[in-house]
Amino acid sequence: MKSKWTPFLFIGPAVLLLIIFSFVPILIAFGISFTDTNLIGLANWSKINVIAFDNYADLFSDKKFLESIGNTIFYVIIGVPLAVGSSFMIAFFLNLIGSWLASTFRVIYYVPSVTNIVAIAVVWGFLYNQEYGLFNYLLSLVDIDKVPWLEDPLVAKLSLILLAVWKSNGVSMLIFLAALQAIPRVYYEAADIDGANRWQKLIKITIPSMSFATFFVTVTTLIGWLQFFEEPFVMTDGGPLNGTNSIALFIYQEGFQYNEFGYGAAASFILFAIIIVATLVQFKFRKSDQTL
Amino acid sequence: MTVGGLLVSLPFIWMVLSSFKTEREVLSIPPTLFPQDPTIEHYVHLFQNLNFDVYLINTLIIVACSMIGLFLNTMAGYGFGKFQFKGKEAWFIVVLLTMMLPGQVTMIPTYLLLNEMGLTNTMSGIILPGLIAAFNIFLIRQFMVTIPDDLIEAARLDGAGEFYIFTRIIIPLSMPILAVQVILTFIGAWNSFLWPLIVANDEALYTLSVGLALLQDQNVTNYGLQMAGSTFMVLPILIIFTIFQKYIIEGFNVSGIK
Repeated sequence: MKSKWTPFLFIGPAVLLLIIFSFVPILIAFGISFTDTNLIGLANWSKINVIAFDNYADLFSDKKFLESIGNTIFYVIIGVPLAVGSSFMIAFFLNLIGSWLASTFRVIYYVPSVTNIVAIAVVWGFLYNQEYGLFNYLLSLVDIDKVPWLEDPLVAKLSLILLAVWKSNGVSMLIFLAALQAIPRVYYEAADIDGANRWQKLIKITIPSMSFATFFVTVTTLIGWLQFFEEPFVMTDGGPLNGTNSIALFIYQEGFQYNEFGYGAAASFILFAIIIVATLVQFKFRKSDQTL
Repeated sequence: MTVGGLLVSLPFIWMVLSSFKTEREVLSIPPTLFPQDPTIEHYVHLFQNLNFDVYLINTLIIVACSMIGLFLNTMAGYGFGKFQFKGKEAWFIVVLLTMMLPGQVTMIPTYLLLNEMGLTNTMSGIILPGLIAAFNIFLIRQFMVTIPDDLIEAARLDGAGEFYIFTRIIIPLSMPILAVQVILTFIGAWNSFLWPLIVANDEALYTLSVGLALLQDQNVTNYGLQMAGSTFMVLPILIIFTIFQKYIIEGFNVSGIK
């Protein structure tokens, strides 16, 4: 029955599809990032020229690309601490109340992360509407002027961050909850005997015991925010004045709106490099804090 | 906590309530909380004038095909988890490598590849690239490793074929992990947006989310209609998720991310 080909029958279809649609594309992307492939080149391959590092050089003098990098850094600096912090707090409080009530709220907090991004954009677009939106109405009740949620480059960035944090809390919260529940109860009992208060228990027991979960959530959240795409894409399309454009959205625009495939592919490799560097830096930090 | 929960669900409550308001009431200031004279005109409009029935069928086709993808993922997970063969490590590394790639890197070349195959603007072009997910293979493999080898050997001695063993023994045993995968795959396929948007030029191939994005562009001020479209998109997920959330949340523990 079992021949040496049997395992390949099982892994074959999946591995083949992965190679065609994930592995080969990396090589193609790398290849075309050194060419001027665009819509014309696609129709007639002889029109494609190898231009070495020109795409990369152009990118670093492209104002729009540099702005996108700036915006992405802004998203990461504000968004990552906010997303990690808020999901930690939610998990911490859910763990404290621990009952059927907690499981109800767990569902409520998780729901946004399984919800369709377009539907979310449509609903939040309505909430953020400057004239008819609920948010500005609620603010007007306490005499605060209309906020240009999506009309001002800086405010729009913050509005998108708020929306993304709201949407992304669910998954990180579950990871934190699992970690919280894995902390042995005896630690707290010992601390009680020593007369520790709540705050001391949080600082000395809870947070240190969760260092792996925190590290995991921070790394994945950071990678996620570096690829920030859907929110600006469906809410603002990068505007106003390029104020919300991200690197990922820039790649999409070059590739599928302007059909500059080679240029877009080069930008995608810069993003890839940034992600690798950011991840490695975090692993480095983790190593050094463990040896302390 | 309660306040936080209310704040988180506010957009959903607002969405559902607004979808039953008349066009005029949606834009009234001060806004009303509950619709004064509830109407389902927006929902009727979605199906009669806006092809939401076509989008719904396309979305369901994608959901159905994603289940085939899940079956292939499960086969691969079993292959990697329970067989020894030459080059196993190397192939598994290939699988893991694809997991670490940002989607933006493969987006453009995958499109070019599909274009060469003549698959742009076809259902296959929408479905094929997303069929296999390395992360799911990885999770399923982790589970498969825990199944005792003796069980499989015993079945082989009884003369069961390899595929028979897989479908009759392995799959029933893997139900805890597969239940989670089915739900997450369903949610993912139901929500699929970017790739259908890139590959489909023809409105007959649009999915619900692409249709909803189109609706938002074309009916900028008709918020009642937009809210009805969103509700229609979100409600099935909310219902399925609420029923099965226990498995998903347990699944996070099964998969060992702690």
